[in-house]
Amino acid sequence: MSRLLPFFGFMLLAGLFGFGIWWNTQHDPREVPSPLINKPAPAFNLPRLDDPTQTVSKASLLGKPYLLNVFASWCIACAEEHPTLMAEGSQLGILLLGYDYKDAPDDAKNWLREHGNPYGEVITDRSGRTAIDFGVYGAPESFLIDAKGVIRYKHIGPLTPEVIAKKLQPAIAALKKETP
Amino acid sequence: MRPLLQLWLVAGLTFAGIVHSQAIEPLPFKNHAEEVRFQHLTGQLRCLVCQNESLADSNAELARDLRLDVFQQMQHGKSDAQIKQYLVARYSDFVLYDPPLKPDTWLLWFGPLLILFGGAVVVAIAIRKRNRDGVSVAAPPTDNGDDW
Repeated sequence: MSRLLPFFGFMLLAGLFGFGIWWNTQHDPREVPSPLINKPAPAFNLPRLDDPTQTVSKASLLGKPYLLNVFASWCIACAEEHPTLMAEGSQLGILLLGYDYKDAPDDAKNWLREHGNPYGEVITDRSGRTAIDFGVYGAPESFLIDAKGVIRYKHIGPLTPEVIAKKLQPAIAALKKETP
Repeated sequence: MRPLLQLWLVAGLTFAGIVHSQAIEPLPFKNHAEEVRFQHLTGQLRCLVCQNESLADSNAELARDLRLDVFQQMQHGKSDAQIKQYLVARYSDFVLYDPPLKPDTWLLWFGPLLILFGGAVVVAIAIRKRNRDGVSVAAPPTDNGDDW
């Protein structure tokens, strides 16, 4: 029995390593979980991309849920995400609010002209100051905000058809159920 | 001729150093103590983009914004704890290199002790078993050497 002990020890370690590898394929170890889930979204008041004299604020959006999608023309992963938003953005049943992050307005306009504009509305945060309140640390990031202005779900990284079907759509359906 | 050249060289090098450091971080510190406090604080905070670097070291755009944010909060008289709380509220405990002691992190803090304790128990059992089997631990090995 005691001769088998090293073997069992080895199996235990191998199992542990195997679990670690499996865990890392299921989770992104670089992902920072947001402490803002189920908390009120930070207040914001940001100029619109198409008309900087007009602003969109958290208060003005209260009453209806929306998906705030952080993007930028310089962001490579955003270009990867973009076709998905073009194809499925209008089918979400809620406002898709573009959040142009640390970007020159002209660059963003050109980018949207070139790739298409899936957004119902686009706001710009050139300094990235408001994004810090949202805990944004990269782009793309997406926040599902309910009618009361509470962040209900956050996705870090590109939205894929799979993420939309498995995570986002159920979260939106749950919102629709509670707010008739 | 040569002393003059040396003078120019020294002056040039000194000036280059100043220009270089200003290009990286043009924060107007009031005094040296404030700068030390700033460096100490940002050294304890993790950059969210390149996660193996502190806010103080990182060149990432977000790290620069957050450094400026920390600096401005210091100017407004916020304490180190308040500034950390501000960042934790946005980016979770992940921004802290030193994780706080709370129920969620008990396993992290005391896990190693637990493993040490487990090892001690295994060793104690093994010794007791040997003693019961009549083999003294201190006695010279009597086995043929292929035991582990």
